[in-house]
Amino acid sequence: MYDAGKVIIGLAIFLVLITFPVWYTAAIGNASYVPDPQIVTTARTCVAPTVYMRASHMELLNQWRNEVVRRGSRRYTAFDGTVHEINLVNTCMRCHSNKAEFCDRCHNYAAVGQPDCWNCHVAPEGDGR
Amino acid sequence: MSIDRRTFFRIAGLATLGLAIKPGFEVFGQGEDVVDSTAAMGRPLSAKRWAMAIDVRCCLDQKDCRKCILACHQVHNVPDFGNPKDEIKWLWKEPFDRAFPEQEFQHLPEDFERQVVPVFCNHCDSPPCVRVCPVQATFQRDDGIVITDQHRCIGCRYCMAACPYGSRSFNWRDPRPFIKNIDPKYPTRTRGVVEKCTFCVERLTQGLMPACVEACAAHALTFGDLEDAGSEIRGLLRRRLAIRRKPGLGTNPEVYYII
Repeated sequence: MYDAGKVIIGLAIFLVLITFPVWYTAAIGNASYVPDPQIVTTARTCVAPTVYMRASHMELLNQWRNEVVRRGSRRYTAFDGTVHEINLVNTCMRCHSNKAEFCDRCHNYAAVGQPDCWNCHVAPEGDGR
Repeated sequence: MSIDRRTFFRIAGLATLGLAIKPGFEVFGQGEDVVDSTAAMGRPLSAKRWAMAIDVRCCLDQKDCRKCILACHQVHNVPDFGNPKDEIKWLWKEPFDRAFPEQEFQHLPEDFERQVVPVFCNHCDSPPCVRVCPVQATFQRDDGIVITDQHRCIGCRYCMAACPYGSRSFNWRDPRPFIKNIDPKYPTRTRGVVEKCTFCVERLTQGLMPACVEACAAHALTFGDLEDAGSEIRGLLRRRLAIRRKPGLGTNPEVYYII
């Protein structure tokens, strides 16, 4: 191999640069940063188990939307037999009244920034858009 | 101590049965503590065919009353842009001759000529807006109410072109800054969607009459089930002559103007 020394040094510099994001975050220490959504409520249960809500709340919201708009039904029987009014603002946001600390934290983290919901539905007082 | 095969199965079976006691109680014994947060909502009003009747005489007697318009536009967060080009209207007043262009009599009673009547979406039985909507955002419910699914509307305005009554308005601009008192219980609209009167479907599910009907102090508005022969609206239509807007177009409007 011609110019082995230069090539190897060049490769080493290349490797250091290309792995920069990995060791930089490791060095800074917030590589394991996870969002911490806050819930302010005294209610113990949601309309579905937490695991389901965390992963699939968007599906439930779509289902609720179709139920209300297309089928005109506003009553939802939850997994534990409780009955809830299907209403984003009056039901969901009664417990999750802090959109900025609840919705936005994960949504910003996962870069699904602003879902269209809040273009029309009114977020609880004090949160703005 | 040894245990024979038969005894072992017997004990194992009983033990399994025992394990089922607690879950069994949880499933069958929970009848009492079920929470129903919708209890306060009231029983939803339902009908086979919702329709509205307006007592025109009664309405005219109120002169410049705008209670129904204000109530409707307040509960539905209808913006006021302050110029007719961008105007959004669910319920408004139209001069009699413009609302009923087919009713051109040479000698109309004087007060009719000059007076204005409340007009809004007719929730037609054969709604042209539903037929032209390319995304099925506008649709007719089983109870006859025609509404727009704002989630699905793409803002093409075909429905506005199709509606012969001008009942639909388009949001050319973001309506939020132009709503004086936003009612958080009802969503606003966003830029680029079409909106109109919904016969207050959100109130019907809570057991409430439409906002305009409730707001009318003169009881000029009657809302009810056209398929129910015993309903108030059917009684009214049996006793008195009613006309509809542009019946010749075949849209079958379900808003009746009692003369």
